[in-house]
Amino acid sequence: MSNSASTNPNSKGRFGIHGGQYVPETLMNAVNELEEAYNYYKNDPKFNRELDRLMREYAGRPSLLYYAEKMTKDLGGAKIYLKREDLNHTGAHKINNVLGQVLLAKKMGKTRVIAETGAGQHGVATATVAALMDMECEVYMGAIDCERQALNVYRMKLLGAKVHPVESGTRVLKDAVNETMREWTNRVSDTHYVLGSVMGPHPFPMIVRDFQSVISREARAQILEKEGKLPAAVLACVGGGSNAMGMFYHFIPDEGVRLIGCEAAGKGIDTDKHAATMAKGKLGIFHGMKSYFCQNEYGQIDEVYSISAGLDYPGIGPEHANLKDTGRAEYVPITDDEAVDAFEYLSRTEGIIPAIESSHAVAYAMKIAKDFSPDDSIIICLSGRGDKDVAAIARYRGVDIYE
Amino acid sequence: MSRIASLKAGKCFVGFLTGGDPNLDKTYDYILDMAEAGADLIEIGVPFSDPIAEGTVIQEANIRALSVGTTTDGIFDCVEKVRKKTEVPLVLLTYANPVYTYGKDRFFGKCEEVGIDGVIVPDVPFEEKAEFSEEAKAHHIDIISMIAPTSDERITKIASEAQGFLYIVSSMGVTGVREKITTDVRSIVEKAKAATDIPIFIGFGISTPEQVKEYTSYADGAIVGSAIVKIIARNGENASEELKEYVNAMKAGTR
Repeated sequence: MSNSASTNPNSKGRFGIHGGQYVPETLMNAVNELEEAYNYYKNDPKFNRELDRLMREYAGRPSLLYYAEKMTKDLGGAKIYLKREDLNHTGAHKINNVLGQVLLAKKMGKTRVIAETGAGQHGVATATVAALMDMECEVYMGAIDCERQALNVYRMKLLGAKVHPVESGTRVLKDAVNETMREWTNRVSDTHYVLGSVMGPHPFPMIVRDFQSVISREARAQILEKEGKLPAAVLACVGGGSNAMGMFYHFIPDEGVRLIGCEAAGKGIDTDKHAATMAKGKLGIFHGMKSYFCQNEYGQIDEVYSISAGLDYPGIGPEHANLKDTGRAEYVPITDDEAVDAFEYLSRTEGIIPAIESSHAVAYAMKIAKDFSPDDSIIICLSGRGDKDVAAIARYRGVDIYE
Repeated sequence: MSRIASLKAGKCFVGFLTGGDPNLDKTYDYILDMAEAGADLIEIGVPFSDPIAEGTVIQEANIRALSVGTTTDGIFDCVEKVRKKTEVPLVLLTYANPVYTYGKDRFFGKCEEVGIDGVIVPDVPFEEKAEFSEEAKAHHIDIISMIAPTSDERITKIASEAQGFLYIVSSMGVTGVREKITTDVRSIVEKAKAATDIPIFIGFGISTPEQVKEYTSYADGAIVGSAIVKIIARNGENASEELKEYVNAMKAGTR
């Protein structure tokens, strides 16, 4: 391929041809400093003890691997297990990464953290950990998302964070990332940017993946204990791709385990209302990384759409882009309709209300479960709980309720 | 000698505008207006949906330009016409994705064909410059390097490999008019000078002839963007007079 990484010997953080560090010069020292600090602390026993304690005693890890027996019987086929990231403190996998990054920032002597957020889950997690660790916290959130998720805006404020509604561009997640990057260039010496997904310039995709990889480290041991063998497949939803990277990571060397990412097809990938980067995106360079992006012929980034604000992102992390290129992972589009059906199905069948993001993975499991033998198991990463989505799903079904 | 290299002889004023704001016909007029009023080099912004190095003023200009349907091809057509009228050095400012997606060789080939001298890509730092350098070199286009207030020990390596001119970013943050610039820009310029012979220009936050006078006392030129874009935003299709007056006054600051 003409854009081979080997033509670029100085570039760091490559996954095949993807990744890199495409940021303004003003940020280069900051990303270099972060990389250096991370490489030191990731091997520091004291840092790891502290993080481990926070993961157990604050976030509530390890998260359960739950055998969804009723769902298994109903669908007929593989045994279905749910990795219950929804039971973590703050209700999603986001806390895994935030605990790691804010602890790292603290060690680096930073006193202030900034973050972007879409639906507000990453913002809430960042505000939560900033409160715990006495850090100043400012969150950038698209003005439209602020309206859609007013409760999360209030929640962040309650936790002591300052929330900036982003009025630039399309006023959603990608614009919140733009604005947080701009703010970081403005004030970098005392400030760490807590990036919320496995995206952005190196070292973020690596750092976020490492902190999220606790999901598959636990799940792999848990399934071996319960089933005595590896699963046939693991499934996770993908926007930027952090819970999926966490769910895939320790299964990558296990070649018999299918890795399946479920992306948001919105109203369908043949409409212009989707966020299906893998199905429809093209190779590009944006938000600090080379990867796949939904864009037009001139490289203008598309306005994307999904019922799920957490998957409403026009790109995908570079390690996923490489897993797609190498064929190690497969990526499938799931529509709003399918996700909403799965949201309701899991609620009724198992008494578990999943996040609308995670419902994309549940939906695909519902499609493929019967293709497996009852001796096989599949694991769905239940990345978050669905309380935040109840009002939106009600509206989707034409029921008006007050939040 | 390239058009940019020939600038070294005197103190320079560099003007920036966003291509296609308010439309490409006016961009053509305004480039020629600025050249006539004394601008020594003109930077043309190729509008991008997500310009992360820009402050509010230029972000809004990008949106205005895109909303009237400005494309990269439209900018090239405009430059081709401009080039028939003037020999002023012309530089495009854009982001990595519009160049990459257009096709690297096709983009720089088109630059050469229409008479562009250099390209600034703010989200491609020193470590990633190999992304575009081969194709740019093949078509004799300078990729302009930037140095920021945080560059410190990076200054020498960036400056020593820089082409065309060196762009010193005066302040932290994004583009935009600032009342006061607190960075010790002079010491950055001194360090850079020790590593390169190409012209050194200072940009970000500059809007007055007094600032131009000060910066050109130790650097080779001053770059002004947001202040010019504001004049265009305020006057729309009727900005020629104010633009010429402003560029004239700013150019006088270099003398």
